[in-house]
Amino acid sequence: MATSQNSALLPSQAKFELKPPPYPLNALEPHMSQATLEYHWGKHHKTYVENLNKQIVGTELQGLSLEDIVVVSYNKGDVLPSFNNAAQAWNHEFFWESMKPGGGGKPSGELLDLIEKDFGSFDQFVEEFKSAAATQFGSGWAWLAYKASEKDKKLEVIKSVNAVNPLVSDYFPLLTIDVWEHAYYLDFQNRRPDYISTFMEKLVSWEAVSARLEKAKVQAAK
Amino acid sequence: MALRSLALATRKTLTLGLNSTRLSQSRALQTFSLPDLPYDYGALEPAISGEIMQLHHQKHHQTYITNYNKALEQLHDAIQKGDSSTVAKLQSAIKFNGGGHINHSIFWQNLAPIREGGGEPPKGSLGWVIDTNFGSLESLIQNINAEGAALQGSGWVWLGLDKELKKLVIETTANQDPLVTKGPHLVPLLGIDVWEHAYYLQYKNVRPDYLKNIWKVINWKYASEVYEKESA
Repeated sequence: MATSQNSALLPSQAKFELKPPPYPLNALEPHMSQATLEYHWGKHHKTYVENLNKQIVGTELQGLSLEDIVVVSYNKGDVLPSFNNAAQAWNHEFFWESMKPGGGGKPSGELLDLIEKDFGSFDQFVEEFKSAAATQFGSGWAWLAYKASEKDKKLEVIKSVNAVNPLVSDYFPLLTIDVWEHAYYLDFQNRRPDYISTFMEKLVSWEAVSARLEKAKVQAAK
Repeated sequence: MALRSLALATRKTLTLGLNSTRLSQSRALQTFSLPDLPYDYGALEPAISGEIMQLHHQKHHQTYITNYNKALEQLHDAIQKGDSSTVAKLQSAIKFNGGGHINHSIFWQNLAPIREGGGEPPKGSLGWVIDTNFGSLESLIQNINAEGAALQGSGWVWLGLDKELKKLVIETTANQDPLVTKGPHLVPLLGIDVWEHAYYLQYKNVRPDYLKNIWKVINWKYASEVYEKESA
């Protein structure tokens, strides 16, 4: 994924930009409304980015990539003040890029093979992912992530609370769904399971997920 | 315990609705039902919209009750079977859904329409102890709102009475954790739901505006009653 890059400035000038989703704000209608994108991207995500920039000024975090700031400020669970804003800035950019107009359907190729190997079938993966998203109490995220260790390379479904993401546990995130209420309340109110189903059936960009898997495998081989 | 016919009598109270369902060889399992609101859904406008009140009560609170009852039935079975693994596994569902029922039941009583005293400052002993502990009501509100705004994710901000230390405290809890999880001597006087579902349709991302406006419909009479009872 192309992260929010710091432009070629001195570290003391470096700041993150609010990158727009790779589609117009009304492009996910009727499954995710323009109003939702306007608030979710235009207010929530924007605020995380702005507050992160304010927080890192003059600190040793300024000049690092967003991913590095997330991992460093996670601090093995004893989070530093900038973790929440950094992780949420990262998570939301990753989320917009996990969706596309006309999304949904099934993955193919190597990604599908790996899903079938690690979950039994695509349908079983979908069940597990939907269940994780539905049972994350309160605010958080559900993920498909890739773990490469010496012994094994496999896919896992993970759920996380508030701003936490799998980067901090050395996973390569491949797909996410935001299950904070602000992500679905305007369109679905309390009906989180309906939002999750709509996400899987109409919004997921399997191309993005496959591209991330490719990158993850290359990085894991290093 | 007297035998009851299977045409169950439902007993609703203003605080917690209690049902007695099926008899088994051991004690009947008490389950719960949605308490009625003591005011119409639209009665707290414009501070909190009728749309939010209806969803919050009929959907969110009801779902906590439904899932709490389900978890209690499963727990009941597991206890009878001596299935410790299931007993342990159910704890988080019980805390979450039971806590949701407890917290929302308190919340509906923490609110009142303006014409029924909503927003009227506390008098009597609670008003006095707020001034003593916090300097003024405004200062208390400022503190509660700061804590509520700063809470990450989902949770509640509370004004509580520490019965042991005999003083008022401001506390936050995550998700649906009841106040007592922060200290066994803590009694909730006032809780404000800062889950996004409590304000999103009306206030969107601007939680501080919700916190500013909710004081217009806070029912200090209820908080005073609880304070007087618990500090006696």
